[in-house]
Amino acid sequence: MNVNQSAPPVPPFGQPQPVYPGYHQSSYGGQPGSTAPATPYGAYNGPVPGYQQPPPPGVSRAPSSSGAPPASIAQAPCGQGAYGQFGQGDVQNGPSSTVQMQRLPGSQPFGSAPLAPVVSQPTVSYGPPPTSSQVTAQLAGMQISGAMAPAPPPSGLGYGPPTSLASASGSFPNSGLYGSYAQAQGHSGAQPPQRSAPPQASSFTPPASGVPRMPSMTGPPLPGQGFGGPPVSQPNHVSSPPPQALHPGTQLSGLPGPPPPMHSSQQPGYQLQQNGSFGPARGPQPNYGSPYQAAPTFGSQPGPPQPLPPKRLDPDAIPSPIQVIEDDRNNRGSEPFVTGVRGQVPPLVTTNFLVKDQGNASPRYIRCTSYNIPCTSDMAKQAQVPLAAVIKPLARLPPEEALPYVVDHGESGPLRCNRCKAYMCPFMQFIEGGRRFQCCFCSCINDVPPQYFQHLDHTGKRVDAYDRPELSLGSYEFLATVDYCKNNKFPSPPAFIFMIDVSYNAIRSGLVRLLCEELKSLLDFLPREGGAEESAIRVGFVTYNKVLHFYNVKGSLAQPQMMVVSDVADMFVPLLDGFLVNVSESRAVITSLLDQIPEMFADTRETETVFAPVIQAGMEALKAAECAGKLFLFHTSLPIAEAPGKLKNRDDRKLINTDKEKTLFQPQTGAYQSLAKDCVAQGCCVDLFLFPNQYVDVATLSVVPQLTGGSVYKYTCFQVENDQERFLSDLRRDVQKVVGFDAVMRVRTSTGIRAIDFFGAFYMSNTTDVELAGLDGDKTVTVEFKHDDRLNEESGALLQCALLYTSCAGQRRLRIHNLALNCCTQLADLYRNCETDTLINYMAKFAYRGVLNNPVKSVRDTLITQCAQILACYRKNCASPSSAGQLILPECMKLLPVYLNCVLKSDVLQPGAEVTTDDRAYVRQLVTSMDVAETNVFFYPRLLPLTKSPIESTTEPPAVRASEERLSNGDIYLLENGLNLFLWVGASVQQGVVQSLFNISSFSQIPSGLSILPVLDNPLSKKVRGLIDSLRAQRSRYMKLIVVKQEDKLEMLFKHFLVEDKSLNGGASYVDFLCHMHKEIRQLLS
Amino acid sequence: MATYLEFIQQNEERDGVRFSWNVWPSSRLEATRMVVPLACLLTPLKERPDLPPVQYEPVLCSRPTCKAILNPLCQVDYRAKLWACNFCFQRNQFPPAYAGISEVNQPAELMPQFSTIEYVIQRGPQSPLIFLYVVDTCLEDDDLQALKESLQMSLSLLPPDALVGLITFGRMVQVHELSCEGISKSYVFRGTKDLTAKQIQDMLGLTKPAMSMQQARPAQPQEHPFVSSRFLQPVHKIDMNLTDLLGELQKDPWPVTQGKRPLRSTGVALSIAVGLLEGTFPNTGARIMLFTGGPPTQGPGMVVGDELKVPIRSWHDIEKDNARFMKKATKHYEMLANRAATNGHCIDIYACALDQTGLLEMKCCTNLTGGYMVMGDSFNTFLFKQTFQRIFSKDFNGDFRMAFGATLEVKTSRELKIAGAIGPCVSLNVKGPCVSENELGVGGTSQWKICGLDPTSTVGIYFEVVNQHNAPIPQGGRGAIQFVTHYQHSSTQRRIRVTTIARNWADAQSQLKHIEAAFDQEAAAVLMARLGVFRAESEEGPDVLRWLDRQLIRLCQKFGQYNKEDPTSFRLSDSFSLYPQFMFHLRRSPFLQVFNNSPDESSYYRHHFARQDLTQSLIMIQPILYSYSFHGPPEPVLLDSSSILADRILLMDTFFQIVIYLGETIAQWRKAGYQDMPEYENFKHLLQAPLDDAQEILQARFPMPRYINTEHGGSQARFLLSKVNPSQTHNSLYAWGQETGAPILTDDVSLQVFMDHLKKLAVSSAS
Repeated sequence: MNVNQSAPPVPPFGQPQPVYPGYHQSSYGGQPGSTAPATPYGAYNGPVPGYQQPPPPGVSRAPSSSGAPPASIAQAPCGQGAYGQFGQGDVQNGPSSTVQMQRLPGSQPFGSAPLAPVVSQPTVSYGPPPTSSQVTAQLAGMQISGAMAPAPPPSGLGYGPPTSLASASGSFPNSGLYGSYAQAQGHSGAQPPQRSAPPQASSFTPPASGVPRMPSMTGPPLPGQGFGGPPVSQPNHVSSPPPQALHPGTQLSGLPGPPPPMHSSQQPGYQLQQNGSFGPARGPQPNYGSPYQAAPTFGSQPGPPQPLPPKRLDPDAIPSPIQVIEDDRNNRGSEPFVTGVRGQVPPLVTTNFLVKDQGNASPRYIRCTSYNIPCTSDMAKQAQVPLAAVIKPLARLPPEEALPYVVDHGESGPLRCNRCKAYMCPFMQFIEGGRRFQCCFCSCINDVPPQYFQHLDHTGKRVDAYDRPELSLGSYEFLATVDYCKNNKFPSPPAFIFMIDVSYNAIRSGLVRLLCEELKSLLDFLPREGGAEESAIRVGFVTYNKVLHFYNVKGSLAQPQMMVVSDVADMFVPLLDGFLVNVSESRAVITSLLDQIPEMFADTRETETVFAPVIQAGMEALKAAECAGKLFLFHTSLPIAEAPGKLKNRDDRKLINTDKEKTLFQPQTGAYQSLAKDCVAQGCCVDLFLFPNQYVDVATLSVVPQLTGGSVYKYTCFQVENDQERFLSDLRRDVQKVVGFDAVMRVRTSTGIRAIDFFGAFYMSNTTDVELAGLDGDKTVTVEFKHDDRLNEESGALLQCALLYTSCAGQRRLRIHNLALNCCTQLADLYRNCETDTLINYMAKFAYRGVLNNPVKSVRDTLITQCAQILACYRKNCASPSSAGQLILPECMKLLPVYLNCVLKSDVLQPGAEVTTDDRAYVRQLVTSMDVAETNVFFYPRLLPLTKSPIESTTEPPAVRASEERLSNGDIYLLENGLNLFLWVGASVQQGVVQSLFNISSFSQIPSGLSILPVLDNPLSKKVRGLIDSLRAQRSRYMKLIVVKQEDKLEMLFKHFLVEDKSLNGGASYVDFLCHMHKEIRQLLS
Repeated sequence: MATYLEFIQQNEERDGVRFSWNVWPSSRLEATRMVVPLACLLTPLKERPDLPPVQYEPVLCSRPTCKAILNPLCQVDYRAKLWACNFCFQRNQFPPAYAGISEVNQPAELMPQFSTIEYVIQRGPQSPLIFLYVVDTCLEDDDLQALKESLQMSLSLLPPDALVGLITFGRMVQVHELSCEGISKSYVFRGTKDLTAKQIQDMLGLTKPAMSMQQARPAQPQEHPFVSSRFLQPVHKIDMNLTDLLGELQKDPWPVTQGKRPLRSTGVALSIAVGLLEGTFPNTGARIMLFTGGPPTQGPGMVVGDELKVPIRSWHDIEKDNARFMKKATKHYEMLANRAATNGHCIDIYACALDQTGLLEMKCCTNLTGGYMVMGDSFNTFLFKQTFQRIFSKDFNGDFRMAFGATLEVKTSRELKIAGAIGPCVSLNVKGPCVSENELGVGGTSQWKICGLDPTSTVGIYFEVVNQHNAPIPQGGRGAIQFVTHYQHSSTQRRIRVTTIARNWADAQSQLKHIEAAFDQEAAAVLMARLGVFRAESEEGPDVLRWLDRQLIRLCQKFGQYNKEDPTSFRLSDSFSLYPQFMFHLRRSPFLQVFNNSPDESSYYRHHFARQDLTQSLIMIQPILYSYSFHGPPEPVLLDSSSILADRILLMDTFFQIVIYLGETIAQWRKAGYQDMPEYENFKHLLQAPLDDAQEILQARFPMPRYINTEHGGSQARFLLSKVNPSQTHNSLYAWGQETGAPILTDDVSLQVFMDHLKKLAVSSAS
């Protein structure tokens, strides 16, 4: 975009326009029909207005958008108006009444809901800046887009196409052209399109949602429909309807309404609508080669979109992640999520909500790809929707939510089923007056031990059900007895061992000095349990280069003592007493040690390091001390010194895109696996902090952290001045976080399904037990299930995740999470209760593991195929018959294509020239233990405009879509993906803004690569810094800020994260990918 | 030179040499018939306060195979400035420096009184003394404390520029780096893993410095190229550090469970010590001092497992071939000893424990390198503390009495060849024309390495007369032997001590009387004893005794005067008269009898026997007994049970023990407290006298003897009773009637019985 900016504004414009319209229309056409229903609020509003009610709400919101130029505001209303008309038209044309129905319900809620405003905002922002530059960019894009469909665009424009599309949609500037369109459409000029864009996005999905209602409701007037519909719709469209239901009324209705039968019946209708909406999309596909031409055909097809004669797939018309997120936030963020009901789909991870545990585990602990799973494996195979649960057993909770209760069953230990060993949980059925209970997992009938006996009430529930967490809650903990401990001995408190590389590189970069300084204070903040006054954790210190130095820091010594072990081939621990010490007892000695370490090695010339022996040493130390624990390794270079685990530099970029590419992800030697195995057996978790200046073979070095449940942090080219904050922050967090040690996790399921695969940072010595040397609140295990029998709709499916671990105070505990899921015989129920974010989490992990053994290309193809199959199955079985040319996405999965595209474009699966092998390996292993929220933002970064919302507002500004054309060069944006944080400064940003943010007078004087914002006392600065802080607080790793100026060198880096655009590496733009998906689906269907 | 006795004594004082024969039989055949081989006890560094070293280098014979050193026996042509080598008869030019030589202006080495002379070599670098402490930390707290104090004390005794190093061990082995400030730093090794010298040096980071040192040495001989080693530092630099370090030494922290021995990695510790010095200071005098409080229980060189229920091997186990670790461990320590010896480093062992510590396996470390072996009950005893302190005693010049890295070279005149040596030495495998094919002791060489020696270190050297019977030596011919000892003096000078002696040849057939009269029975007894002990190391005890008996009988047959088959007629001349008695006591000594001794004790006794000078050796063979009474001044009495009388106080010196024994009456008096009554002050003096005498012995003796003060009926009296000749036993009690000493409860034969048998056998024609 930016690059193109300089191009002459006008001429390009002219050109693109023609194309544009076509595109627009197509998409549009689809949109209106389908879109309107799309629920995305924006979309809705659009359509809604048509429907009548929506308009008012929309209007009201428009203002909220604030800064938005008049145009946008105007648009909103206009759009509504137009929509209203359209809506009607659509309804009639397409799916007939059903369509309308859908919309209606949807629309109503929307109208009331803030949807409209959301939509408008982005447009607004764009509106103002319709500067030439953007336009030009768009133009360029336009051209490309034309070409793009068939193949990667020629020239650098590759970028352009996507952008252009987006820009086109976003940028109203087209004025003339648009105007015409608008008119034609009946919309109010160009503006509507913008709006429509958002609506469209939503509309895609929404239609689906809307549809179902339609059938039932059909013709009825909006109001009527609205009420009737909403309930229906909600159940159907998991995400959209319910959340949308801003109106209490709708929601309520929804709740009661949701009778299962209804849904199924409704669905067909639903699909219809979608068809209509998709029409446009479909248009392009057939025409792919010349997508735009499609428009005409298109127009003809779905009657509704008539107004738009020239068609093109409008980026605004395709499902927008931002819209979905916003909708969910608005609809579901306000009320607590109560877990009492089986098979409820929780709010999106991006939504802030409270959880009330009423018998099922909080979504913070477990999220499933689907909350309604097919009864038979045939169905499951047909749908191809992976059945997976993303489990974060020790997830951190917001302060408002209570930690799991600890239950002590005394000497006899937790009550379990005799056969399957499942733990007592709310689903266990007590029978025979309470003398026995039937296991809900294996149906075995067990005796209730006398001390546990309790009478049942008239409903068959134990009288004390609500007094006992294990009978009333989804998550709780048992105190383990000695039988659950290693060697039948209660564990001793765990230990932390800090192992510091003191080779030349580490010293020179200032790392060692910084680290030692920090440790002095950090040691006061070791994790404590409950109200404990001081941490039970003991600490030890090791430094190393090609030999290891252990330190005796016994409190009684006047000075620490160093012990060098040079026998790295056969590592051992040279001392026992005095190596692991209590911080408070040995404070003086430790401080003295940390003071001296940097001095001692200040003149070192040793550049070689060892690695495996270091871990071995830590593990042996823990073994000698008979405790579990964690090693914090601070390492700088490829371990080339003669020792076990010695590595050679095998980085070879030439392997990329060959069959041998997988070797780059595989460890060089098996030594680390067996070492990791030993570590796991000892409960020795390894956290690795890497500070490489060059290739260090992360793929190999991360094997042990990966298998022991540890974390890897990488600070490439670490320099104290630049990376200090990030490193220290990560370190503090890593040291302070609560960790469970020596853990074993077992997932039990009720008969019919079975856990068959696990993804994450752990070790498995058999097929069922997930062994984790350490597990913290950030680590997630994804579990995949398969059918091994028929499920029963009535009893549903149950999951019980039991985690046996040693707390940081050395207490042995069991944490139990239970979750009940619905089962269905209709595929539509499955599709209605899916969660795309979780799905993506699973698919990403699946793919990232796949690259270890398969060529990257085949991994990518597998993903695409699976995704196409999922969608095709939906299309075939759940959507009403319609033209094959239409792309119909299930409401819950309407973001699947965009997210999947992000996964496909990620560095691991499609590396760019600037991405190193180490980076890929690093990201690969990071993703492996990410939770849903992290994968969500990691693959689809958040892009926040900073100056659009009023300075006073304390909430985060609404995000915009990650596309270059959403950027206004007069604005400043924050982009974050959980690892990186960019502040993008537009070239024509107001001088005042620059001044108040950077304390620099002009844009040009902002230094490139700035990473710290000056602390200035003005509202904007405070706000931005506050926002940055709050973003950082949300993520488990500190995100280093990089200030990127428009048109600066660094911008390339930044653009890498604009995932809706075509990437430099050849990653498809969102629009292109959607088209491609459509094609795949069509192929499957035909 | 009135008598041979005086001659012998004079020779010993001047040259530190005692020959078994002082007139040599002139043919091989005759020599073998003498039974006792021609041999000598040489004390290479015998203290000679009257012998100032000369500050120049010796003049060597120019014949490459000879290289004998100019000595008073050489014929000198003062006019031609030539001298003839008395060993090979090569005529040599004097070097230019001797230009002014004349009959009246002779260099010292030509004067007869300088048959022993010491040269100081000015060339080459002066390498500092090196002391590497290897300290066991698996000790009881008070033991460890005492040891730490002893070690700290020793620092003050070292010369300031001496290098010291510290290795501690328990379950692990720690090599302490002494150069660093602040944090004390040590390199740690697993106690179970045997490492090669190369590995050790790599792990200690010594590889490079060692190389540069070798290169640097020729270039800058005057500097100390070694100071780079972080593990060995001059005392004056790290005195304080090391004192603190020693003070902070903790008992080995690894837990020892009930019923287990602590894991002690002596084998690895020693291996590392050897490897460290090998890598840093090869061919430099150094002393590895091992302090251990128990047997090695793991790793290479382990002597016993850590299960307390399995006791450490006894002689019984060894005989039954039931000592499973012994062979392997012995091999390990032998390998170390040989490496240390090759590099000129000596190893001391200070073992203090109530049980055995594996000296049997480790003995070669001291025996081959000339190190000290000290055995005690605890480091917290006077015995150990004094002994240890005495190591650092100084001579009249204020120099340590110890010397390092010596090479002893022996040259003989043609009629003689060298059969071997027995003492704290190893062969250097230098073959030459004067090396005999028949070996006695460590043979097959004319040079030996003695890595550590002191003024009393004595080597027995055995010769073979090779002159054929049919090639008689002209009347008045003399055989000559030259002993050349290169060594590093404790002042770090390199020195050479040269002793050249000559003895007359005599035809054994015609001049047997001469030869007989010149027999040194004391030296002969010790030399034979050394041979016996040397054999005992490899042969079964009874075989050695039988061999010894046969030798004795043969000697008696050869030199006794008797009528065949008439034992009563048997007589021995004065010069042989004591010899059978020595042999009697030798047979009963712990050197040959292992009964009642642990293998460690045997090794300990044999170690000292093989290095002490003649006087001390004789005391070891036949302890000295003094009697104190009101009847007169103290007098030496027979080592016989008849000497144990109720009204006597006995003082026995066995070298290893000093026993003061109060007779029954005396003990009762003392108990009654007479000594405290003023009127019995004489009794008090009597009690005091042996104590004072014992003190005198204690002052001079190294190692400190065990000091035992006991009385009649005391349990410790066994030390006395086991030594005396059991002339009265429970069998023969009162057989002699009258006032006799105490009966000894033993079945051992008494000297009288022994002599009777000997006479019988000697006169018997059957043998």
